[in-house]
Amino acid sequence: MTYDLIVIGGGPAGLASGLSAFEEGVNKVLIIERDVEVGGILNQCIHNGFGLHTFKEELTGPEYAQKYIDMIKETDIEIKLNTMVMKIDDEKNVHILNSEDGYKVIKGRSIILAMGCRERTRGAISIPGSRPAGVLTAGTAQKYVNMLGEKVGNKALILGSGDIGLIMARRLSLEGTEVLGVVELMEHSNGLTRNIVQCLDDYDIPLYLSHTVTNIIGDNRLEKVIISKVDENKKPIEGTEKEFDVDTLLLSVGLIPENDLINDMDIDFDNRTKGVVVNESMETSVEGIFSCGNALHVHDLVDFVSTEAKEAGRSVAKYLGVDKKEVGKKEIILKNGVGLTYTVPQKINVDKVEKIVGVMFRVNKIYENVKIVIESNGKKIKEYNRDHMLPAEMEKIILTKDMLEQCNEEIEIKVTDMEV
Amino acid sequence: MEKVICTVCPKGCHMKVEIEEKKVEGNSCKRGEIYGLAEVVTPIRVITSTIDIKGGQFKKIPVKTLEAVEKGLNFKIIEEMKKIKVKSPIKCGTVVIENILGTGVDVVVTRDM
Amino acid sequence: MRDVIVIGSGIIGSNIARELSKYDLKITIVDKENDVCKGASKANSAIVHGGHDPESNTLVAKLNVEGNEMFEELCKDLSVPFKRNGALVVGFNDDDKKTLNELLNRSIKNGVKGARIINSEEVYKKEPNLTAGIVSALFVPSSGIVGVYELTIALCENAIVNGVQFKNNFCVKEINKDGDVFTVESENGDKIKSKIVINASGIEGQKTSELICEEEFDIKGYKGEYYLLDKENLVTSTIFKCPSKHGKGVLITPTVHGNIIVGPNNNFVENGEDRTVSKDGLEDISKKALETVDKLDFRNNIRNFAGVRAKVGTNEFIIGENKKIESFYNVVGIASPGLTASPAISNMVREWVVEKMGCKIKKDFINKREQTYFHELSIEEKNELIEKDKSYGQIVCRCEGITEGEILESIRRPLGAVTIEGVKRRCRAGAGRCQGGFCQTRVLELLKNEKGLSSKEVVLDNNGSNILV
Repeated sequence: MTYDLIVIGGGPAGLASGLSAFEEGVNKVLIIERDVEVGGILNQCIHNGFGLHTFKEELTGPEYAQKYIDMIKETDIEIKLNTMVMKIDDEKNVHILNSEDGYKVIKGRSIILAMGCRERTRGAISIPGSRPAGVLTAGTAQKYVNMLGEKVGNKALILGSGDIGLIMARRLSLEGTEVLGVVELMEHSNGLTRNIVQCLDDYDIPLYLSHTVTNIIGDNRLEKVIISKVDENKKPIEGTEKEFDVDTLLLSVGLIPENDLINDMDIDFDNRTKGVVVNESMETSVEGIFSCGNALHVHDLVDFVSTEAKEAGRSVAKYLGVDKKEVGKKEIILKNGVGLTYTVPQKINVDKVEKIVGVMFRVNKIYENVKIVIESNGKKIKEYNRDHMLPAEMEKIILTKDMLEQCNEEIEIKVTDMEV
Repeated sequence: MEKVICTVCPKGCHMKVEIEEKKVEGNSCKRGEIYGLAEVVTPIRVITSTIDIKGGQFKKIPVKTLEAVEKGLNFKIIEEMKKIKVKSPIKCGTVVIENILGTGVDVVVTRDM
Repeated sequence: MRDVIVIGSGIIGSNIARELSKYDLKITIVDKENDVCKGASKANSAIVHGGHDPESNTLVAKLNVEGNEMFEELCKDLSVPFKRNGALVVGFNDDDKKTLNELLNRSIKNGVKGARIINSEEVYKKEPNLTAGIVSALFVPSSGIVGVYELTIALCENAIVNGVQFKNNFCVKEINKDGDVFTVESENGDKIKSKIVINASGIEGQKTSELICEEEFDIKGYKGEYYLLDKENLVTSTIFKCPSKHGKGVLITPTVHGNIIVGPNNNFVENGEDRTVSKDGLEDISKKALETVDKLDFRNNIRNFAGVRAKVGTNEFIIGENKKIESFYNVVGIASPGLTASPAISNMVREWVVEKMGCKIKKDFINKREQTYFHELSIEEKNELIEKDKSYGQIVCRCEGITEGEILESIRRPLGAVTIEGVKRRCRAGAGRCQGGFCQTRVLELLKNEKGLSSKEVVLDNNGSNILV
């Protein structure tokens, strides 16, 4: 069995990239989903706030997914549910497992890696204390509450003020779980301002900035959580402990791209993004294998995932359509200068760029009134002013073909102070 | 004058609202202005939750109020939502409660199931 | 009326119960918890020690080396993962070199096979990721790693298959002897009578024994904390730092499943149930571990845990018949290398019991136990299995690649899992990097359906550790 494109993952990235490839003329497209339905984590994100960029209207997560599901229904795209990809071999054979096909090997002329991400756990941050029931990640709690109709606890504290933590604070409140507070290690919240207003302020839930959980108490079910203020090095300050009688602690302490599948593959990996290295076409170091969405790098908004995935789908169509020998190989490496933690893409093949290429990146701390400077070979190519940048918010700049042609094999992107 | 953080879109503009003169500053769009004025007089929110479904893939199906409703009604609306049960199959957008609590706003399911 | 009651279903109690189940004896094994393997046996380094460490001419040294040699056959019979991965005790200076020579001599005296000193070059050839500056190492090829809760569970399960009765949630409150008959009573008022009582109750060992008579020994709890890191090919051997005046250091070892374990420290605790981990303890362990393997990345940590080892002051095990109460055997104070010694200990106990009871070996003893490890099967075998049972085609735990079939198997077996952690210890669903984040909801569903429970009744681990309210 040979497919023109095999998309691994049926979440927002997989759906949008598969759809875009199909629309661009790729015929035999297969989307492989390990869960019982496509849509990914959107299905459990029942709150609204999605889709303003993509559909120009405010949608809930399931509605956003439904739009893509409806569009895909109109195509010949094949979907395999309840199917796990076990490995991808050197011949772009995808080894799948499900109850109907058993263990089966299928061939893809191209592959899109769109496996999404997973939540960081208690272990990743080594929270001291005992290991009772009632300590769970926000996403797991969300699944229990929103999909399975279960109640996770009576009184809860939430560690991490990213959007998932904030959304769950509201959701638990509405479902009758008293939320005693949201605890955030940083001196600012990582969530969108509107979620602070709608999810915390509306429900009088206090936000403890510059605090962290320093002890978990309870032999069987969680009984108490101790939090402490942290100093400028994020170390807990003795004597600042506060005690909360809660039976539930939700952890919303970050997301990590899920790329276990590529562990045994010879493919370039970026330890900063925890995803693969891609070029302007979202193509990895292995020809014909592409990546997009949260498997590539964690995005703030699903709308941005869809945009990126659409681009990956288009690139697949181009890849399958053109005679590869005609394309030149002038490659520019994007270097993270001062203030940047990563860029996606990490490299650009100039000859493949039609007019422009968007570069996404994150910064390492809060910046006010600074410039983003693009340099190559010691020469300033372009600069952009920014009033405000946060590590939690993904930044994007556009590089034009003209600009790229002025560059040598490396471009540095950095943050500098405004000149007075 | 009241300070309001706009929740219309993820941007989260910090606005100043002068209610008597119906003046809003700091917004980036018209929607923000409308939100700012409403937020000071009667804050409104879209309420989302889940309701029971029979014969579906899951025990619960998500719902939302089709428009924003007075934010103080949130818990009452959730109570109303808990009272109803729908049957699979049902299409995304199907109205399951009309004119909830006399707000003039309908409640719809937000996916097929 | 039973012939033997074994109190405690850790690695010691389970080994003894299984060994005795080879004979025509009526045996009951009781545990105060809701499952087997809930104490020190579930929270340790899972090392089958070669035997370089115990003082020569001690019972501990003898049982260590004897026990070590029994692991291949035992684990093969019971379908338990075991690997002789070898251990390195690494030295950084001349003092260490001297100590290593002493350890070598001790190894030879203890009968440790194949132990030898290797030079720096050979060390780094074997383990290229060790910190620079190692001058030599004691290489102990017979050292191994084992799936420790898989083994404990398998032993107890096999004992049950061979007629042993298992009673969980049986917390011993009273032990009395009337004539030749013991009565062991639980907190719930259940009573069991027997001719022999074997006390293998770990950290509770002293308390249990003192229910029948005063004891001279003094068992204290020493807590060891650990990191469990994500799968990575960082080391293949078990790495010990050469003991010095600065202490023993911590060990770094791969597990049979490919993770890396780092730990333990060794701190006295008043409360034997205190399995909490502390910030200071973890910081101390990570600092020490980096001395031997500086490429360790603690950001790859997936879980911290702690276990409490029951130690007696003498550094010896307490194994034998109580001096005052005939037919009451204590097998307690079994700290490291207790896991390694456990099969040899059970042989000792068996000899006494057989002699006392004059019992005969059973002809129909079943010594083999099978378990499906789906990922280890060939493609053909996988497809054959799925053909027979579709649930093996469904991966539930994506991190460890565990199928629904394996989870159902772990629940339906004799001594099947009754808790989420019980499923994890039997088939590894939820043991991976997401720690059940994705699969816990599904495992809960399966447990609930198989056991006829409501969602709220399903517990994570101990009684009372309900996940939902």
